[in-house]
Amino acid sequence: MSESGIPSQVTATAENEEQETGVRRMLLNMGPQHPSTHGVLRLRLELDGETILKCVPEIGYLHTGIEKEFEVKTYQQAVTLTDRCDYLAPLSNNLGYCLAVEKLLGLEIPPQAQWMRVMLTELTRLNSHLVWLGTHAIDIGAMSVFLYCFREREDILRIFEMFSGQRMMTSYFRIGGLALEPPRGWQQRVKKFIEIFPSRVDEYEELLTNNRIWIGRTRGVGTISIEDMIDLGVTGPMLRAAGMKVDLRKDEPYTSYDKFDFEIPTRTENDVYARYQVRIEEMRQSARIVQQALEGMPPGAWKADAPHVVLPDREKMKTQMEALIYHFKIVTEGFRVPEGEVYQAIESPRGELGFYVVSDGTTSPYRVHMRVPSFGNLQAVPKMVEGTLIADVIAGIGSTDFVLGDVDR
Amino acid sequence: MLPEPLRERAVAQAIEAFDADAITGGKFDRNELTIEIAPAKIASVCGFLKYDQRFVRLCTVTAVDRYPVEPRFEVVYHLHCLERKERVRLKCRLRGDHLEIESVSSVWAGANWYEREVFDLFGIRFLNHPDLRRIMLPDEWEGHPLRKDYPITGQRV
Repeated sequence: MSESGIPSQVTATAENEEQETGVRRMLLNMGPQHPSTHGVLRLRLELDGETILKCVPEIGYLHTGIEKEFEVKTYQQAVTLTDRCDYLAPLSNNLGYCLAVEKLLGLEIPPQAQWMRVMLTELTRLNSHLVWLGTHAIDIGAMSVFLYCFREREDILRIFEMFSGQRMMTSYFRIGGLALEPPRGWQQRVKKFIEIFPSRVDEYEELLTNNRIWIGRTRGVGTISIEDMIDLGVTGPMLRAAGMKVDLRKDEPYTSYDKFDFEIPTRTENDVYARYQVRIEEMRQSARIVQQALEGMPPGAWKADAPHVVLPDREKMKTQMEALIYHFKIVTEGFRVPEGEVYQAIESPRGELGFYVVSDGTTSPYRVHMRVPSFGNLQAVPKMVEGTLIADVIAGIGSTDFVLGDVDR
Repeated sequence: MLPEPLRERAVAQAIEAFDADAITGGKFDRNELTIEIAPAKIASVCGFLKYDQRFVRLCTVTAVDRYPVEPRFEVVYHLHCLERKERVRLKCRLRGDHLEIESVSSVWAGANWYEREVFDLFGIRFLNHPDLRRIMLPDEWEGHPLRKDYPITGQRV
C-alpha cells in the first residue's frame, strides 16, 4: 500500500495506461468517512474527468464478527446480536432468526404472536424506509424532507419503546413468541399513528414527487439491467422498481402474511426515481397491513406453549416448582435444539434476509450465516455507476439503500 | 444411483441425468433439500442448474467448519428458482489439507463477494476467482476467524 492508501499496483496501472493512451486518470477515494455512504464504506473510483471508469467498493470497516459471536451464545441470547446488524430494521432481523430456530425446533407460534410480529415488522419497514427517504433526500440536496421523516420515525420509535422498553435495539421477538406481554393501551397508540400516517406520506410526496430538481437528479439515473441485478444478488425494492413482482411475503408467506391484503408495488423505469416511487408505495401498503393487524388482532397467547423453550410467566415461576425449574434451566444453560440445518428467508425492508442456522443438538448454534440484503445490493453498485458521472454515484448508492452494519456484520 | 431421500426429487434426478458421478449424498429435512456434490464437479453442476433448471439466483455461499472431523469443511450454496419458487442447498465437503474448490463466479457474477468472504473467514481458496482477496478483514490479518480452532477472545502475542 502506498501512503495515500491506494494500493501501489493500482497507481502503477493508471500510470502505465496514461503513458499508453494519453488519458489522464484520477484515482479518488470516496469514503470511508463520506456522509452519503451511510456508515463506513470506501469506494475507490477511477475517473476520467467527471466520468467514472471503474468503481471498487471496499467494505469491512464495521466488521464485528457477529457470525462468530453467535457460536458462543445460547439460542435465546443470540437474538440480541441480530438487532445490531441492520440497525435500521432490528425487528426484521429478530424475526428472521426466530423463524429459523423455530423451524429447527418445530415450534408452533400462536396467532396473536404472529399478528403482533407482522404488525411490528411492518412498522419497522416504515421506520427503515423513513430513514432511507430522509437521508437519500439529504444526499441529493433536499434538506427539509429529513425533518419530516424523522418526525414520524420518532413516533414509531416511541411505539417500539412502549412494547419493548427500547427504541432501537428492541430484541422484542424471542424464540417462541414475544419477549413481553403487549403493553396496556398499545392499540390506541398504534391507531393514532396509523390514522395520520398516510397523510404524512402525502406530505413527503408533495415535497419530492413533482419537484423538478428531484426529478432531474433521479430520473434515468442509476439504471442497471434486470439480468445483472439477479446475477449479482440484488433483491427487494430494486428488483421491484425494474418491474419484477417479487416479494417473499407473497411468494413464500411466513408468519401469516398470507392472511393480509396488500399489493406489491412495481415500476418499470428501473431508475433512482422508480425506486423512490416503489418505496413510497410500500410505505402506504405497510400502513395498510398495520391497520389490518390492528383491527383483526386475534385474541390468545403471545408466546408458544413450550415450557422447555419459552420462559414461564413470572406468577407461575413464583408459585410452581416445575415452572421454577424450567426457568432456571433456560436461563442458566438454554434449551437444546435438535440437530439439523435450515435456511429461512424473509422480506426485510432491503430485500431477502436469510438465516442459515446449523444446529449440532447443543444449546448454542453451531453456525449461523446471515444472507443479508445489503451485501448483495452493494455488490451491484459498480455495475450501476461505471460510465456515469460522479454526482450520480450519490444518487445511485442512496437508491440501493444498504446499511453498512448489515453488509459487514 | 441416487441416495434414498433424493429419489423423489426432480432436481436431484436432473443432476443425476446430467452427471451420474456428481451427487455424493443428500437429504430432505424440514422441507429443505440438501444435495451433496463432489467438489470437483461444483462449477459444472451449478452451470447446469442455472441454465437448464432455471436456478437463476444464487442466494449465498458460505461454509461450515466441522473441526476436528474430516473432511473438515462444508462449502454451502443456496440456490433459488424464481419461477418455481423452489430452493435447493448444495454442499461440498473439503478436507482440511486440500482447501481448494472451483469458483462459481463464472456462473453467477454475484458469487464474487460471497466467495471472498468464505476465503477471508475460513481460508478456503476458490480457483479461477477473478479477485480473490480478503473482504472483511485487513489484508495483513493472520488466521481465519470463523474456523472452530480460532479463539473467540484473546490477544495476539
